[in-house]
Amino acid sequence: MADKRKKLFLAEYGNPAELINAAEKMRDAGYKEFDCHSPFPIHGMDQAMGLKRSPLGWIVGLSALLGGLGALWLQWWTSSVDYRLIISGKPFFSFQAYVPVTFGGAVLFGAIAAVVGMLILNRLPRLHHPVFNSDRFSRFSDDGFFVSISSDDPKFDAAELSRLFENTGGKNIEVVEY
Amino acid sequence: MGFDAEKYRLNSTAGFEKIVLVIGIAGLAISFIGYFVNGDQFFHSYLTAYIFWLTLALGGLFAVMLHHLTGATWSVVLRRIFENIMIVLPVMALLFIPLFFGIHNLYHWSHADAVAHDHLLQQKSPYLNTPFFIIRAIAFLVIWSLFARALYKSSLNQDAGYSENQIPRMRRISAFGMVVFALSVTYASFDWLMSLDAHWYSTIFGAYVFGGSVLGIMALVTLICIWLRGRNTLTEEISTEHYHDLGKLTFAFAIFWAYMAFSQYFLIWYGNIPEETIFYQHRWVGSWKAVSLMIVFGHFVVPFFIMITRAAKRNLSMLGIMVVLLLLMHWVDIFWLVMPNLHHHGAHISWMDVTATVGIGGIFLWVFLKQMRKNPIIPVNDPKLKDSIKFENI
Repeated sequence: MADKRKKLFLAEYGNPAELINAAEKMRDAGYKEFDCHSPFPIHGMDQAMGLKRSPLGWIVGLSALLGGLGALWLQWWTSSVDYRLIISGKPFFSFQAYVPVTFGGAVLFGAIAAVVGMLILNRLPRLHHPVFNSDRFSRFSDDGFFVSISSDDPKFDAAELSRLFENTGGKNIEVVEY
Repeated sequence: MGFDAEKYRLNSTAGFEKIVLVIGIAGLAISFIGYFVNGDQFFHSYLTAYIFWLTLALGGLFAVMLHHLTGATWSVVLRRIFENIMIVLPVMALLFIPLFFGIHNLYHWSHADAVAHDHLLQQKSPYLNTPFFIIRAIAFLVIWSLFARALYKSSLNQDAGYSENQIPRMRRISAFGMVVFALSVTYASFDWLMSLDAHWYSTIFGAYVFGGSVLGIMALVTLICIWLRGRNTLTEEISTEHYHDLGKLTFAFAIFWAYMAFSQYFLIWYGNIPEETIFYQHRWVGSWKAVSLMIVFGHFVVPFFIMITRAAKRNLSMLGIMVVLLLLMHWVDIFWLVMPNLHHHGAHISWMDVTATVGIGGIFLWVFLKQMRKNPIIPVNDPKLKDSIKFENI
């Protein structure tokens, strides 16, 4: 049954430049389900991996708009429809008075959407990841630069990946099963 | 333009210096004729034009001090442009002189007979009186000029490779300068703009003028960078990343300005006290209503929804249109603060508004271009210059 288990390929690189180069090769070869791990952010990694811009900004923007409209609607309905009160001689619908809460509603919904959207897009929360099955991998937070690719990738091919890793200078190639 | 890409110097400004100087002098000369046609109109037009250009120069001073205090890297390559605008301040101080002769035309509180019949103005007279007004004005103008010159000199020393590290020095000046700046801009806006209607008061008024001032300088510097790029100057050094950041700051201060404007309006609307609401009443009469709405949309709503996306801030055509709109709106905003005190029944644009703005603007740009030609247009010896040129937004 060992064949049915998923696999994760890991390769270690010596420095950020090699990692970027490997990421570019992976991208050009058409792999999608791969990731790069480094102790610090590397400029240009997004382009090297072929990552698209996160849609989070649009999610936050639209949620903020909906939150603002919702808050405005709530104030209009409560004070101009459901329970009309004359307050210091002002009209029932006084948009000026509604601006702070509308703004607050937009900020609240925008902030919640930012946190929840970030978690969903990052596939979090997640208690364990197969990369941690590798002992060597713990160096990713110290001085190790890794590429990992899962067998979920439609183009996953063990022999071809080994060749690609070797050609780009990858060392300690490991297969983790999970 | 003769741009020397090795030494980062403009060898010539291609005749622009002469053109703006001639336009400036002509504009001022024609405006001064206006004094004999209609003195009140002349001084109100001159004040509008003066405050418009002064807020830009003050914005330059603020931006330079902010740059030193935050220790920013991205803006190093833009610093000299901000500094060249800041150094217009001593000339702006001289251009204030005509206004000393217009105190009587501009400020109701300077009329002794009016004060005699007005309890409120009597109570305010220890602060609002002509000699103290003049002393304060001179103090503000001298303080700003001294800070601008001290920072400018230190920056040129850095270019010349002085052995003493100039960065801690500029930071010290800025730390002290920022506090003085906040107080002086607040009181100057109270004196020169708010006291036009001496009964009216708003404690947030200084922050409102400051917001417009910083918005103005970010828009102006963006426009200058686009202009330089069109003349093949600093095309490599000022990248899309820098425009993106300038766009962010322009966007942020459009919001800050609106926040201040709304906070002022909101509290006055809620409180509903006649002494306070009169300010908005004057600006809601006749065609002033259209001007008020134009500011709401042109100064905030339209730029907000257009500039909110990353793509718009990185697209130089779109960014260029937005900063031109915002600069125009900044002028309309100052016009809207000053003119309802003269034209009570509706907006009225006089030819003096145009000539005074063009006149002071010509002198302003002449000083700016002269400084651009005299010194390297980026701080060549700043240790963070290379990082600033390479800088990328994440």
